[in-house]
Amino acid sequence: MDLMNTVLPYLLSGISVGGQYALIAIGYTMVYGILRLINFAHGDVFMVAGLIMVYLSASMPLYLAVPLMIALTVLLGFLIERAAYKPLRTAPRMSVMISAIGVSYLLQNLALYITGGLNKNYPTIPWISDPITVFGSPTKRVTLITPFLTVALVIVLVWLINHTRVGMAMRAVSRDFETAQLMGIRINNVISVTFVIGSFLAAVGSMLYFSNYPGVVPTSGGMPGLKAFVAAVFGGIGSIPGAVVGAFIIGICENIIKGLDIILQAVGVLKEPLELATFSDAFTFALLIIVLVFKPTGLFGEKTTDKV
Amino acid sequence: MITTRKKTNLISLLLVAAMLALVIVLDQVIQPTDSMSMLLKVLQKGSIYALAAVSMNLLNGFTGLFSLGHAGFMLIGAYTYAILTIPSEVRDVVYQYYDAAIRLSFPETLGNAMGPVGTLLGVVLAIVAAGLAATLVAWLIGLPVLRLKSDYLAIATLGFAEVVRAVFQWGKLGPVTNGSNPLKSFVRINSFQLKLGGTTISLTTFVPVLLATVCIALIVLLVNSTYGRSFKAIRDDEVAAEAMGINLARHKIMSFCISSFFAGVSGAGMAMVLGIAQASNFKSAMTYEILLMVVLGGIGSISGSCIGAMLFIAASEWWLRGLDSGNFLGINAPGIFRNGFRLVVFSVIIMIVVLFFRKGIMGDRELPDLFKKRARKEAAGK
Amino acid sequence: MKKLLSLALASAMVLSLAACGGGNPGGSAAGNPTGSGSAAGDKVVKIGVFEPQSGDNGSGGKQEILGMQYANQKTPTVEIGGETYTVELVYADNQSSNDKAPSAAQTLVAGGVSIVLGSYGSGVSIAASDTFGDAGVPAIGVTCTNPQVTAGNSHYFRICFLDPFQGTVLANFAKDKFSATKAYCLAKQGDDYSVGLCNYFMEAFGKDNCVYETFPEGTSDYSSYVTNAKNSGAQVFFAPVSTEAAALIIDQAATQSLGMPMLAGDTWDSNVITAAAKGKDVDVNVTTFYQEGGNPEFDAGIKEWINADATNLTNNNGNDEVAAVTVMGYDAYYVALEALKAAGSTKPADVMAVLGGVEFDGVSGHIAFDDVNGDAIRDVAYVKHCNTETGSWEFVAQQGV
Repeated sequence: MDLMNTVLPYLLSGISVGGQYALIAIGYTMVYGILRLINFAHGDVFMVAGLIMVYLSASMPLYLAVPLMIALTVLLGFLIERAAYKPLRTAPRMSVMISAIGVSYLLQNLALYITGGLNKNYPTIPWISDPITVFGSPTKRVTLITPFLTVALVIVLVWLINHTRVGMAMRAVSRDFETAQLMGIRINNVISVTFVIGSFLAAVGSMLYFSNYPGVVPTSGGMPGLKAFVAAVFGGIGSIPGAVVGAFIIGICENIIKGLDIILQAVGVLKEPLELATFSDAFTFALLIIVLVFKPTGLFGEKTTDKV
Repeated sequence: MITTRKKTNLISLLLVAAMLALVIVLDQVIQPTDSMSMLLKVLQKGSIYALAAVSMNLLNGFTGLFSLGHAGFMLIGAYTYAILTIPSEVRDVVYQYYDAAIRLSFPETLGNAMGPVGTLLGVVLAIVAAGLAATLVAWLIGLPVLRLKSDYLAIATLGFAEVVRAVFQWGKLGPVTNGSNPLKSFVRINSFQLKLGGTTISLTTFVPVLLATVCIALIVLLVNSTYGRSFKAIRDDEVAAEAMGINLARHKIMSFCISSFFAGVSGAGMAMVLGIAQASNFKSAMTYEILLMVVLGGIGSISGSCIGAMLFIAASEWWLRGLDSGNFLGINAPGIFRNGFRLVVFSVIIMIVVLFFRKGIMGDRELPDLFKKRARKEAAGK
Repeated sequence: MKKLLSLALASAMVLSLAACGGGNPGGSAAGNPTGSGSAAGDKVVKIGVFEPQSGDNGSGGKQEILGMQYANQKTPTVEIGGETYTVELVYADNQSSNDKAPSAAQTLVAGGVSIVLGSYGSGVSIAASDTFGDAGVPAIGVTCTNPQVTAGNSHYFRICFLDPFQGTVLANFAKDKFSATKAYCLAKQGDDYSVGLCNYFMEAFGKDNCVYETFPEGTSDYSSYVTNAKNSGAQVFFAPVSTEAAALIIDQAATQSLGMPMLAGDTWDSNVITAAAKGKDVDVNVTTFYQEGGNPEFDAGIKEWINADATNLTNNNGNDEVAAVTVMGYDAYYVALEALKAAGSTKPADVMAVLGGVEFDGVSGHIAFDDVNGDAIRDVAYVKHCNTETGSWEFVAQQGV
């Protein structure tokens, strides 16, 4: 029981941040599924969504700022695809990836220029930022909302993909790009829709994430973006449920590792602290390498021979 | 045909020698407080980045293995070099919170035994050790990771670099790596001076330029050898290369290790130039920057990478600085030209190159090719 | 075609080289009240401002610059060797990053400055120290408290107290005021300031009674560190980190009802912290160089100056509360002027020769350098507590070792 009280706060933080990673990871996994492109700029779109919210909320009420922020983020995702990826559709995959890195560099530098490199305080969104207590652990309400909202959004998304025309088109394109094109599917529209959905989820994720950790800097998107990508690979790239499960696992593991010294000492395994918290970020990447080497298709990935 | 090739080689050699001589002259003429001293800084940093870019190009451009782990190998090189050259009297000051475990300093030990030549030899040995340490790690990680293809390899190596960074920052390794704190007071480029009679000749800029030149020359030799041709064959078509009897696994790991060796050396060079080695500087952003240098210069062109790196460093550290401080090309607009504008302009230029000039400045040609082509055209014209 | 365009690109870059390289490599100062627009023929002496204006310590650096700008506006000229010189502040942003610091320092050196002021944050000062040393340009550390900044060199001086002193003061304060027997210490990986200060705090407090943890750069999720502090059974939470991280930590501590006092060093003495703590259930205490109200005349003057200009107000985070680092920046400027006067020359070497002997009665107290490392002789720190209702600092005690 005592151990439970020790571990519970880490679990709560982990589930919360895991849900936020999940929303970003879906954007990665969908884009990869269709374009076979690691969209390095996706994490930065997430950061820009945070900044847009900071500036909008300064000049208008929240009920206007939130929808407008989501709309602008979606527009940004759409424009990035049209400007930076579409011209390179026939180019080698490496060129597109380099373009993605270039966009990421550009977005970060733009954010640096606009904010002057200073931390921007994220606005407090009433109700979801309120403090609550879960089994004796005080936290914010957003911690509790995140997993439920994530799962709800994923269910809607899966329904969309399985039961609508555009969803069918997406599945067709991700299965075979060229054949789908030959069958008369408008590839560019499908890709745009993918980016729109990914950016929408990133915008929602950014709202939840920055409500929890209310500071936005130009590099805010980097780490969450990379981790979300790892989550997508871990779950099996191209698989939406996989990305969500992967994200929750990574979020929880990362927070447990931050507290591992304390937990192990409480259990009595460790006498001296080992400073294991240093590895909270590195663990994610070690996991990535292990998954790629031993099970490249991830937890739920489809078996294809030419993927890796 | 053979004679023209020999001629080109000779001309290249002479040009390189002239460049090195010019650098020595610049070193003496320009004082640190001169406004032109930025040129020296750019040459120092630029040459090290050029080496890093060329070593990345060897892997990405010539072998077709898209790796993003460069910062990790440079980190290993920088730390190995720094740890092996910190003089014993300042070691306890540098390791202020730890009890230093490695107390060996190559330049000092050899310098005591053999005089100034020994000191120099010690530095060279430490640089080679930096490369070898990076190679060893590359070999270990390369065995499993090189089976992956294109973007999976990229993301795995990127992750690997992050793991390396965390390991070097681990407090429990403090006696070796000084934890997350910087290593300093080791032999840096300013330590190199030649005393001839009464005059002192400063070699501050010459040393990094020479280091980069020698290493890049070695890479050029490698690329032009049979191994280099095998690498290119793998890049162009793996299946065909294998059918031709090229051992894929062996050549891939060889390319990966050699590239990492020079990445380690460039890490050591970076430590020498900055005078400080700290894990937090070797982030993935550094890998991205080097990649952008390669792209700017042209993937698959060694001289392109050098030009790309020099342009990148000169633009970001020197020419475009005015964009950040309110005054650029005589235009005074502090409202627009404020902090960060330089980087925005810079990233826009890079995006233009990436999207519209996909081949970069040089494509996959080298500098001598340009002259050859012109000569051929002229001949045809006649 | 492509070759043509790339040639055009390259030539554009070369052109800009001609314009910048030949003209004004240091760049003129944005928002500098005196500016470089002084009449032709006027003699100008340049003082380098080596401060972070972006990155982790950007807001602190900007506040420190405010003090220098205010001082520069009050005293824009200086008598050197019988002639009147106009003082020009030349700025370089070190981006709070150790690898960017040397080239930022080089732009100052190449810009022909006689003396350098800065920086906020110890790591960047240590990283740039060699650049100043090689060029023979003296530097005055304003609020870099790590001993390594001045140790073992003759060109770096400083006007603030040192971490071994500050750490001891804080440890004593934790023991006396809060009767703490166990402390939780949190530092940022690779950050000389927080790692150093935590280390000296632990030495004074007793290493066995401390739980020490570090977080990686770019962390924004501090919930698990707050949980660790609660689980460790500590009675004080010591986190002398940058203000950016501090704001997030305070928010997280309030969310999870940390339930123990928070202690920190001089970086937390900023209105970023009071803004973050306002209306929250946290107990924040800091040690610092100056307490607002210590010199009412100065306070009134600088408040008026800050309020008069929108840019200054933004740089001071939107209100006119005077941060200690601003006061230190102000004093550093006058110490530099004293050194220039004493040297009777604008040559960096001459200034360096006399700097060690300069004394000055500043707003933050009497400033003199010791003979060993060129550190300020200071034996007092001010302890402040954050009033979370009004969101302002309250004076607690003046404390020595």
